[in-house]
Amino acid sequence: MSMRGISLLYNSAKSSRLWQPAVRAMSTTSFARGIFLGELREQEIFPYPDVLSTDQKETISMMMDAGHAFFQNTNDGAANDTNEKIPEDQLDEMRELGMYGLMVPEEYGGMELTNTMYAKFGELTGEYDLGLGIHTGAHQSIGYKGILLYGTPEQKEKYLPRLASGEVFACFCLTEPSSGSDASSIKTRAELNDAGTHYVLNGAKIWISNGGIAEIFTVFAQVPTVDAKTGETKDKITAFIVERSFGGVSHGPPEKKMGIKCSNTAEVYYENVMVPVENVLGEIGGGFKVAMNILNNGRFGMGACLTGTMRMLIEKSVDHANNRKQFVSNLREYQGIQQKIAMMNLLCYANESMAYMLCGNMDRGAPEYQLEAAMSKIFASQAAWDVCDETIQILGGAGFMKDVGIERWMRDLRIFRIFEGTNDILKLFVALNGVQEVGKLFKKQGNMSTAIGILQKKFLGGGMGALKTKVHDDLNGSVLKLQGDITKFHVATAEQVMKYKKGIIEQQVVLNRIADSAILLQSMAAVISRANLAAEKGDVSELALANAWCGESHQRIIQLVADLQNPHLTKVDQATLDVGKMSLDSNGYLAKSPVS
Amino acid sequence: MASLRVLVGCKRVIDYAVKIRVRPDALGVVTDGVKHSMNPFDENAIEEAVRMKQKKVVKEIIAVSCGPTQSQETIRTALAMGADRGIHIEVPKGTEENLQPLAVAKIFAKLVEKEKPDIVILGKQAIDDDSNQTTQLLAGILEWPQGTMASVVEHSDGKLKITREVDGGLEDISVNLPAVISADLRLNEPRYATLPNIMKAKKKKIEKMSPEDLGVDVTPRLKVLKVVDPPVRAAGDKVPDVATLMDKLKERGHI
Repeated sequence: MSMRGISLLYNSAKSSRLWQPAVRAMSTTSFARGIFLGELREQEIFPYPDVLSTDQKETISMMMDAGHAFFQNTNDGAANDTNEKIPEDQLDEMRELGMYGLMVPEEYGGMELTNTMYAKFGELTGEYDLGLGIHTGAHQSIGYKGILLYGTPEQKEKYLPRLASGEVFACFCLTEPSSGSDASSIKTRAELNDAGTHYVLNGAKIWISNGGIAEIFTVFAQVPTVDAKTGETKDKITAFIVERSFGGVSHGPPEKKMGIKCSNTAEVYYENVMVPVENVLGEIGGGFKVAMNILNNGRFGMGACLTGTMRMLIEKSVDHANNRKQFVSNLREYQGIQQKIAMMNLLCYANESMAYMLCGNMDRGAPEYQLEAAMSKIFASQAAWDVCDETIQILGGAGFMKDVGIERWMRDLRIFRIFEGTNDILKLFVALNGVQEVGKLFKKQGNMSTAIGILQKKFLGGGMGALKTKVHDDLNGSVLKLQGDITKFHVATAEQVMKYKKGIIEQQVVLNRIADSAILLQSMAAVISRANLAAEKGDVSELALANAWCGESHQRIIQLVADLQNPHLTKVDQATLDVGKMSLDSNGYLAKSPVS
Repeated sequence: MASLRVLVGCKRVIDYAVKIRVRPDALGVVTDGVKHSMNPFDENAIEEAVRMKQKKVVKEIIAVSCGPTQSQETIRTALAMGADRGIHIEVPKGTEENLQPLAVAKIFAKLVEKEKPDIVILGKQAIDDDSNQTTQLLAGILEWPQGTMASVVEHSDGKLKITREVDGGLEDISVNLPAVISADLRLNEPRYATLPNIMKAKKKKIEKMSPEDLGVDVTPRLKVLKVVDPPVRAAGDKVPDVATLMDKLKERGHI
């Protein structure tokens, strides 16, 4: 990805808040950013967010009861997968239930849930039916989120009621055949007509969730824009609210997919669609920011949703391990199985802690959270995949069988590492943001030798002082690990910046190590904070989980930091990359068969 | 024309799906931290009242629950299903298990005096104590007709035609209003609260009172001596023929 692309992502994805903060405003810095600077920003993570009022807790509890009843009695996830469809009469029930307008303000007919409440409710689709979750999520989490975030009062009045009731469906139309991760390269165009009343929209979008069933499309297109200063005309992306009823909108057949089959995915075509100028969403030329903010704003949902999935899979794994006997004992007696079950629990706990820290902070008014959101998405999607993979392994052959019901989850989960920003891109986004922070720090420090001196002091054990926050005694060890690891990580990252300078942008192997470490550090902070809050409330059962996760993470971070600082590894990396390049040049596998 | 007013009882009980554990003191079961919900038969009661309102037979539904602070959630569920307002008879936390059917019947009798409903619908029995007494006691105190174990309720001209599920089969009775009914499981399929209705329920009123406010003495008349798990089912014996079966039965004193 180009430097321009990354910096566009960075500059545009500053947060857009939907909610007024319920509690005192937080400070304006992000914990994740602090990690790169060698800072442990206590005030950003303590106390763990506890943002729901008693009334909201009661409301969400009742909503969960209603949700569980619906998913247990009405929805059939396996049938939806086999038939690649959600039954039409069930959609009516979902409309009645109110599932399509969860975060829309009450005045437009929505439930006006906070981010945290929406996240909690989202655990239901994670637990029962991911395909259905994508159908409702594509509609409200990204499909019409732009109207919520950027809509004028007229646009909100016109569109939100019908969208909140589910009378019509919405979808988010950005991706094109030649523009996936490289979103700014889209080719769909919208040009103002001579009368100045309409934009004429032409183009094609692919892999649009709800594309075949939506009435309302949030479409991103290039608009030739005159630069006020230079008078030059340049293409700039603009977001539009497009109605199917405008005419010229058509769609392809439902894509046949590996998973989330009941969620409609289709190509959408725009042929001379007349879009009134009143339907520009946000600023003309500001469409890229709109797109990135919509995605950024909805990202928190994935962590919570997949918590539901992982919890369900753990239950199935534990049930099998407790009851299945092979050789002399039940599977539960064997270390190999115990380790798998343990890792599942730790991954779920770390993910859940990060997810609810994220939406809790969003609800508390954090002005910036795009790094934390990206980290949560990366972690959640990979963790859920790993947990599902191990569930199948524990169940053995049964895990592979359709009737047992687990293989569908593996197929449904694969896409989560790809859509809403591929994990590969998001990791680079995290790392390059962090690297930019370090670069800014160096600029402030003056010259390189000053910077090196400061680093050396830190590395040689300047270390961090004790936390101001009173943390449970049993967490002290993990806190010390976190503090030490943040310092070592900062030094190692800074060294890479010094070594490669602007060229670091090409060093994706190095950047991935940086990203992996940062995500693990963020997860350690989240579990420590959460376990501490639980202990303060009198529940000490989570301390063991938090400490176990910090122990595991610490080991991995030590290795990653050592890899970053190991001069020999550069040669090893290079040799490996050379193999990659040779394969790419040879159009395939490099070796001849040993039997030729 | 919708003119009738209904008082419906709903009790907060341990959720039917929870695995019950006997308390160490053997005087009850563990309730702390355990999932609670509305008694399933009470859901049938509320649902029947809501259907009667939809048929325009009933104009107001008042949901009543006797219990600790958390019983409010049960009332809110009733409101989300369609009840118009609620009354919470609050008792101190931990004393709710001493609230026995006679006390509850007396409380309801006082509420009937106050609210003057035409029909009282209760669940047939609560799944925690399985008493199946409150409806009958209440009818006795009020000297009202009762239709218990109702699986069909039809209204016409100030009378209710009720089909009762009894051991021998079904019994049809006709009662004059005002009357007390207890709902059985097959009376209807309770709706689940929709999210919009949950939100609307938050605006509905819940009045709070204590048994003392109503002048009711809720001192228990029955004392629980011991609560134990049912005996673990022992494995059976297989016998090769009827003669051996007869011998074994005689051996064990069954015949």
